[in-house]
Amino acid sequence: MNGRRPFLKRLDDSKYLLLLFLPAALFYLIFEYAPMFGIVVAFKDYNTFAGVWASDWVGLKYFRIFLFENPDFLLLLRNTFLLGVYSLIWGFPAPIILALLLNELRSSIFKRTVQTVSYLPHFVSNVVIVSMITMFLSPDGGLVNKIIGIFGADPVYFLSKSEFFRTIYVSSGIWQGVGWGTIIYLAALTAVDPHLYEAAELDGAGRWKRMLHVSIPGIVPVIIILLILNIGGLLGTGFEKVFLLYNPMVYATADIFSTYTYRVGLLQGNFSYATAIGVFNGVVGFILIVATNRLAKRTQETSLW
Amino acid sequence: MRNKTGLFDIVNIILMLGLIVVTLYPFWYMISVSLSGELSIMQGKVNFWPVDFTLGWYKTVFNDPRIGIGYRNTIMYAAVGTAIALMATSMGAFALSQKRMIFRKGIMLAIVFTILFGGGMIPSFLVVKELGILNTMWAMVLPGAVGTFNLLVFRTFFEGLPEELYDSGRIDGLNDIGLFFRIVMPLSKAVYAAIGLFSAVGIWNNFYSAIIYLRNPDLFPLTMILRDLIIKGTLDAEMAVQSTVGGDLVTTDALKFATIMATTLPILFLYPFLQKYFVKGVMLGSVKG
Repeated sequence: MNGRRPFLKRLDDSKYLLLLFLPAALFYLIFEYAPMFGIVVAFKDYNTFAGVWASDWVGLKYFRIFLFENPDFLLLLRNTFLLGVYSLIWGFPAPIILALLLNELRSSIFKRTVQTVSYLPHFVSNVVIVSMITMFLSPDGGLVNKIIGIFGADPVYFLSKSEFFRTIYVSSGIWQGVGWGTIIYLAALTAVDPHLYEAAELDGAGRWKRMLHVSIPGIVPVIIILLILNIGGLLGTGFEKVFLLYNPMVYATADIFSTYTYRVGLLQGNFSYATAIGVFNGVVGFILIVATNRLAKRTQETSLW
Repeated sequence: MRNKTGLFDIVNIILMLGLIVVTLYPFWYMISVSLSGELSIMQGKVNFWPVDFTLGWYKTVFNDPRIGIGYRNTIMYAAVGTAIALMATSMGAFALSQKRMIFRKGIMLAIVFTILFGGGMIPSFLVVKELGILNTMWAMVLPGAVGTFNLLVFRTFFEGLPEELYDSGRIDGLNDIGLFFRIVMPLSKAVYAAIGLFSAVGIWNNFYSAIIYLRNPDLFPLTMILRDLIIKGTLDAEMAVQSTVGGDLVTTDALKFATIMATTLPILFLYPFLQKYFVKGVMLGSVKG
């Protein structure tokens, strides 16, 4: 009966709040949700002149072409997956180890200095990072080849050899992110009960043992949450750094879904096909994160939501 | 208490010193080379300190019109983009921090969902194109205006403000909008500073939007120009060397390092201010994220 009055009253109560929320609402509608509906392009033959709505429906044609007829599909899947997996295997433990080591430093000034320095690369753009990599790895007087040269080896043109791409990508990624990644673990470590350390010490545990049996168990919940997030993002390797770092000579290991989408869509103008590839990537990533979260919920008591 | 310095500590300290060197030396090397004379660099004399100190490379860099255009554009995008981002994000976050707000839960859910799933590159491009802002400053500023992470940080902060504050404002006859601008904003300067710095650095470093949405070189930010000068330039030159007769390397390493440093210096200068805020910011967001 009076179910509507409270609603209208609440609406009236919120009118100024709604007004304040309006710009953000417009942003989410236009730049987040409109592109989600724009996904219909993947099921149509997009025609620039007709626009999104008037273009003809083609159903799953582009998904079929991409999954079953495109010889590049397996390569792209492999590259995207492996780049994610290697980044995870090498990049995920690095900040945990660094945080544990930082936690053991006795001088707080030294600790803060190391932290401040190690955060720095996080704030340097990918363009600058890749510029540095390009310069340092250059066969023509680059720093790395200069060092190799000291040992009498010939200069190597690292960026044109596909076997080096993943190593370069992953190791530079660790360099960029290891310090920044420690923040959350260090915060978790401050929450570990100091009595546990004292008790362990009384039991004769050295620093190494205390790290293993007190510090690490203390941060396991945080590790699991971040692991879920990372596994969920396994196929979500960003466009920017790969795009900056790769060149046609290393497509065999470097070309991933997002860079392929860029070339097919924006360079060749095949919007529908490119969207289908992007949607495939996005949906698989979404399933991955939901699945890992469910798995974590069942085996551990931790989950994202 | 824990007393003697053992083997563990020594190894640990050595590892940490190693980390500092590995992090800073690349920057230091670039600075040294970019401040050295050409001859000394060619002879391989520059390893740590600059040799034959000169500011000549930087003069050349800052006299290049492309760098000038890039600087102008990047500063404009960073200033306008940060202002828009701060306003839209904080206003939205304030609305969502008030329990009275209608559809509060539903809206939060819809916002958080965008972290997990999005339309992707091409549909976003088509939206920007349909809006008619392709190849304009707005394409650099609007698509990233509201960051969900920043919104959550703001919201967490606003939720922590005491309720009495609002009551006193309401007694003075302020509605929610007045409350926000007169009371909440002045009390939240530190959060605005933190998010503002983050947002400005993000736009300063943004390459993605430029490569997707911009075609006109007059609109290119520094990141695009740096990429054309260094990454593409070096690759093209080296491929030319490899494939055909030796194409001369037009620009020297010193000039390239000077270019890299010139585009990064503002970030390095800003860094001490940034680092005061960022840890707090990260923690604030993750508490209730």
